Amino acid sequence: MNKKILSVILMLLAFVVGVAAEAKTFRYSTSGDILGLDPYTNNEGPTNTMKNNFYEGLIHRSYDLSLHPALATDWKQTSPTTWRFNLRKGVKFHNGNAFTADDVLISFDRIREPASNMTFVVASIEKIVKIDDHTIDIVTKQPDPTLLLNMPNFWIMDKEWLEANNAFGIQEGATVSTFANLNVNGTGPFMLEEWVADTRTVLVPNPNWWDTPQHNLTKAIFQPIGNASTRVAALLSGEIDLMYPVPLQDIARLDNTPGVTALQGPELRTIFLGFDQHRKELMDMPGSGKNPFLDVRVRKAFYQAIDIEAIHRVVMRKASKPTGLMIAEGINGFQPDMNTRFPYDPAASRKLLADAGYAQGFSVTFDCPNDRYVNDEAICLAIVPMLKRIGIDAKLNAQTKSLHFEKIGRTKDYNTSFFMLGWTPGSYDAHNPLVQLMSLDGEGQGTWNSGRYTNPRVEELTDLIGGETDVDKRNAMIREAFKIHQDDVGHIPLHQQALAWGIGAKVKEVKQRPHNDVDLRYVTMK
Amino acid sequence: MLAYIVRRLLQSVLVLLAVAFIAFSLFTFVGDPVNNMVGVEATDAEREWARKSLGLDDPFPVQFARFVGHAVQGDFGQSFRLSIPVETAIGARLPATLELVFVAAVLALAIGVPLGVYTGLHRDGAISRILLTASLVGISLPTFLIGIILILIFSVWLGWLPSFGRGATVDLWGWESNLVSWEGFKSIILPSVTLCLFQLTLLMRLVRAEMLEVLRTDYVKFARARGLTNRAVNFGHALKNTLVPVITITGLQIGSLIAFAIITETVFQWPGMGLLFLQAIQFVDIPIMAAYLCLVAFIFVVINLFVDLLYYAIDPRLRLDGSGHAH
Repeated sequence: MNKKILSVILMLLAFVVGVAAEAKTFRYSTSGDILGLDPYTNNEGPTNTMKNNFYEGLIHRSYDLSLHPALATDWKQTSPTTWRFNLRKGVKFHNGNAFTADDVLISFDRIREPASNMTFVVASIEKIVKIDDHTIDIVTKQPDPTLLLNMPNFWIMDKEWLEANNAFGIQEGATVSTFANLNVNGTGPFMLEEWVADTRTVLVPNPNWWDTPQHNLTKAIFQPIGNASTRVAALLSGEIDLMYPVPLQDIARLDNTPGVTALQGPELRTIFLGFDQHRKELMDMPGSGKNPFLDVRVRKAFYQAIDIEAIHRVVMRKASKPTGLMIAEGINGFQPDMNTRFPYDPAASRKLLADAGYAQGFSVTFDCPNDRYVNDEAICLAIVPMLKRIGIDAKLNAQTKSLHFEKIGRTKDYNTSFFMLGWTPGSYDAHNPLVQLMSLDGEGQGTWNSGRYTNPRVEELTDLIGGETDVDKRNAMIREAFKIHQDDVGHIPLHQQALAWGIGAKVKEVKQRPHNDVDLRYVTMK
Repeated sequence: MLAYIVRRLLQSVLVLLAVAFIAFSLFTFVGDPVNNMVGVEATDAEREWARKSLGLDDPFPVQFARFVGHAVQGDFGQSFRLSIPVETAIGARLPATLELVFVAAVLALAIGVPLGVYTGLHRDGAISRILLTASLVGISLPTFLIGIILILIFSVWLGWLPSFGRGATVDLWGWESNLVSWEGFKSIILPSVTLCLFQLTLLMRLVRAEMLEVLRTDYVKFARARGLTNRAVNFGHALKNTLVPVITITGLQIGSLIAFAIITETVFQWPGMGLLFLQAIQFVDIPIMAAYLCLVAFIFVVINLFVDLLYYAIDPRLRLDGSGHAH
């Protein structure tokens, strides 16, 4: 009799425990939905993060930016341009197919298709050679010091799956629907259960994943909520377990709500200002034949007129980290001892302007986005009176991001004199902003160098840094290039904005990655 | 009658062409979609390639002609943002918006008209005064504020209703519905109340004004003199004669309900056409914007036609005039 009761109690306990183990559904939200599932189209932060739950590269980048073996177990350099990778054995794709060297080869071919947006991660690779089913050689065009840094975003697809579904060809999603953009078959820790655009993406753990999961989820549901207030409300009412970004004005409110916390940390993106250093005549001064920004004194005057502490304190509510460099801490090539700003000094600014022959100041249009970065328009609004104090009449032109980026971009021939931009190096290396923002003389260089800043030595160093594999020599060159750029006042770095995530009561732990996105590998629920 | 309908439908084609033309000429000001699509790391060559493959390099008349040419064959192109055909994208959202507008319209009529009658009959009553004052709030508060306040009260404080999304929908032969289960219906309550509030107050004030007008007329006085019941006089004679303007306004308002749904859908992350349109604007998703604007124009044209036809049903004088002309 007693035994019977005991067994009933045990069964009930098992049931309770079983139910508890079942209920690890994690619901999270951000402002927009993913753009698609094809790993080689739509290079956009939140979309990449979602794909990273399904797909894996040879190397995995952890939440703290460190690199770990994933589909490759180990690697070594066998010559300046050759890297030997040993691939992990026994790995299966979600559909059960085995992972082999052939999958890496076809992924390499596919990621270089014309419509791919991810070509940049393999741009330095000349070819990939299959040694045997679980060994490959990656041969680069020149010695590439950043090869490993780029590997985490080179997601590996399944050859058989691509062929069986006729999905090799990448189409720009906007011209035709493609199989690979609507379906998923990776080796990653999560599998796609359902994607209903703008409503939900449902993920379930991959039971056959090669690694031991750190997460304890049984299901994850991603639900985009565009309106920030609604997103905060959904967190407060417990309908979602995590959401980001938290509007800065709501952070205190979340912290004061029992069970809800706001998790803050610095983001990798650097927000900065740039000037037109290319045109002979400033667009706002037609007929004058003069462009004040060609004079370094004027650029420095602008720099010293900006009270970054006031922006940090008032506009950003202390959720920012003022910076003197174009890259953030955590990016390869960050120089802690060089991270200093020219001091805020309006008197010095006025003197610099007078020396340059602009004692009376001048007026300039100030291009700014109003929906891209945290409080972007508010920052610009704060800068306008700061410049007014030194006699500069900045006319703010704040507009939506698609118009802003079009105006300051190449399609409109960099139609700007003074602008705001933010940048996160896609390769986590200093070479990336040097190529994209601070130089312009080579193929594919200076895409977002909207002010056309150029310095012969920086151009030269940029090319050298791209091919130098000696860490110390390379770092010395990065230092030199950054020093020149600082002395030139090529841009005015402002700050790294802070990440702010709202976290609900049911979440035990999440790791906040400085990319401002959620890697489900590191989420545990209570 | 048939000729009239056909003529109206033909006119609607012209309206659609005009809307498409105006919309397309505005798209040159909305920015560059390529940047949103390819990401920041793309090289200039890749951007060029994308622009070309989307046909964005072509001059405006060519783009417009291509759009019209494809649209008449029922092909509205491919959404830049969602990477699926526009018809599929809009088709998936249409049920959400139509159900929301339907519930909001029913609420507005079912509450607005009786309240209008009541306040018309009891013009100096205390309850009427309270209702009229409260209706000012409904008419003057912006939709997004009402939505957020309702979310605060019913989701955050009371925890009764969901704050966003459609929740549990039921698939009825391909039509995702919120109306057949209580779980699904819970999700539609807050958005539809938010959406209907303006229309509700508008209808109430309109019916009240019309009732006051009609109650002064001789035939109502005569009906009372005949000793008819209050109910028969108020509803059978008075209310019936207020219906022509009420139906006009209701019809037009259904159009603007669909338009106002943009804001409500954004606040509640309601996955309808309005939300789709707003996201399309942010992403510069030109095919979705073009198709949505044409569809809304078409809906307006159809509703107007429907309202015109309803006049015939309600107002016997129109029918008499019509037959008079036929002689």
